[in-house]
Amino acid sequence: MVERRPGLTILSHVVLLLGIALVVFPIYLAFVASTHTRDEILKVPMPITPGTHMIENYTSALLGTETQGAHVVVGRMMWVSLVTALVISIGKIAISLLSAFAIVYFRFPFKKLVFWMIFVTLMLPVEVRILPTYKVLADLNMLNTYAGLTVPLIASATATFLFRQFFLSVPDELVEAARIDGAGPMRFFKDILVPLSQTSIAALFVIQFIYGWNQYLWPLLATTTEDMYPIVIGIKRMIATGDAAVDWNIVMATAIMALVPPAIVVILMQRWFVKGLVDTEK
Amino acid sequence: MAAIHFRNIIKRYGKGAKVNQVIHGVSAEVKDGEFVVIVGPSGCGKSTLLRMVAGLEEISSGEIAIGERVVNDVEPARRDIAMVFQNYALYPHMTCFDNMAYGLRILGVPKAEIKTRVDKAARILELSHLLERKPRELSGGQRQRVAMGRAIVREPQVFLFDEPLSNLDAKLRAQTRLEIQKLHQELGITSLFVTHDQVEAMTLAQRIMVMNAGVMDQFGTPEEVYNKPATTFVASFMGSPPMNLLKHAPGVRAGTILGIRPEHVDFADDGWLVKIEQVEMLGAERLIYARIGEEQLVLRVDEGVPVPALGASVRVAARQERLHWFDAGSGKRLANT
Repeated sequence: MVERRPGLTILSHVVLLLGIALVVFPIYLAFVASTHTRDEILKVPMPITPGTHMIENYTSALLGTETQGAHVVVGRMMWVSLVTALVISIGKIAISLLSAFAIVYFRFPFKKLVFWMIFVTLMLPVEVRILPTYKVLADLNMLNTYAGLTVPLIASATATFLFRQFFLSVPDELVEAARIDGAGPMRFFKDILVPLSQTSIAALFVIQFIYGWNQYLWPLLATTTEDMYPIVIGIKRMIATGDAAVDWNIVMATAIMALVPPAIVVILMQRWFVKGLVDTEK
Repeated sequence: MAAIHFRNIIKRYGKGAKVNQVIHGVSAEVKDGEFVVIVGPSGCGKSTLLRMVAGLEEISSGEIAIGERVVNDVEPARRDIAMVFQNYALYPHMTCFDNMAYGLRILGVPKAEIKTRVDKAARILELSHLLERKPRELSGGQRQRVAMGRAIVREPQVFLFDEPLSNLDAKLRAQTRLEIQKLHQELGITSLFVTHDQVEAMTLAQRIMVMNAGVMDQFGTPEEVYNKPATTFVASFMGSPPMNLLKHAPGVRAGTILGIRPEHVDFADDGWLVKIEQVEMLGAERLIYARIGEEQLVLRVDEGVPVPALGASVRVAARQERLHWFDAGSGKRLANT
């Protein structure tokens, strides 16, 4: 629709601005709260311009303070979250690429059955199989380890399907050209399929990184010691229940810091996205 | 360089009751250094035949030998062949140089030699200034040349072309046709070229293999195929407009078919009485569509010859020395002509 009506332009911009305000304002407020002392925040009305205690709030969050809830060190939790999210996203991509490769390019017994089994797991998210998974992990002594945090979340039917669809769209002639060039299956995978899948990989990485970073329920079960808590759980634990006062300034500083890595991933990968979208010839 | 031997090649798809045979015993020999074009309509099995030489399709029965070596169970990469695909099949993420060098790298050819070989091929194909570009930055004709370059650098015994010109526009096609011919003269490598375009076949081939429904109808030089078609199919497939095939015209015995090319029928004082239905102007010549009894007869006459009015009845005569006789049942050329 190409219409030149100023009224419409203004209206659409107003709607968009309102939308942005709706999304940005809470984050802004969190940032403001992270720059005041606890007492200032609790005053009514709460200040809506940044205060002067930013640096001390952030250092005490990073290095850990005795808050009412627990002794929480954000630095360590960020590290745990980062490792978890990276292992989950990279693991998922690696496994999905390989299984999609097997499904699309190889003939093996019970191929259909395998395909449908993967398909069925789409209907079984972690939450559904959480008890048996917990039991297995506990028996294998994998609680409170990175492996325990990540392995149960790595298998991904969604990513396998995404790659399968992509591989199916790769022209057969390319496969044949590679065969004539003498590329064996793994060589073809490494030299041709993976480079061609770059954009899908980038897209999946973003989605899976955020998925991994935002995990709450599973780490809640799989970790019991402070040093293995990811940041999402850390934030929860800082908010004490009962009468105790909550250090909202520290909580908000932590929340803002927890926002940063996924935001960086999105921003960095977005370039790849766009590059990939522009570059692909089809 | 090597000859290619086809020994009673059969190709079937499927098993048991659902078996579908698409090639019915092709035997032929392509000589060392020869340029052979396999031509036929879609679905006649010409591409399948080529892909069996490449090793991309299994051979159900029979033998293919390249040189002295039977290659039925040899991997494509070890058959010492190179193939140019219809859609070029260039690796989109690699530069032209890498596209051409990829096969050599896998073979473990030293870097310096890869460079010399790619540079040489690029020079022949006038691609030297494009080596650092990726396929998407090239035009169709340039991609085509890169695909040929990829075949050349392998220095194979046999070139296989699978309708490589069908994605180019008419002008580029004619130009590339000449380039392929030049290339073959320079390198002298045995080549198999599949196409459905009879003009391509006539211009490129030293010998033409005409395929029809999985059977090789004729294998001969362009002159033989044009002047002495072995079957009515070859007669009607080669040449545009195709040869007139008449069953009921005066003078045609029952059980035979008379073939006469449009350019070999002239207006005459006595001969067949035909009714003019349509006239097409082609520039230097005209096509005249006439009706003789129930059948259509096409004449190709020079542009200077006066054309009778539409609907007029005129007499035409076929040149006696240019008549072709076929058996009506089998469609095969009768031996005494």
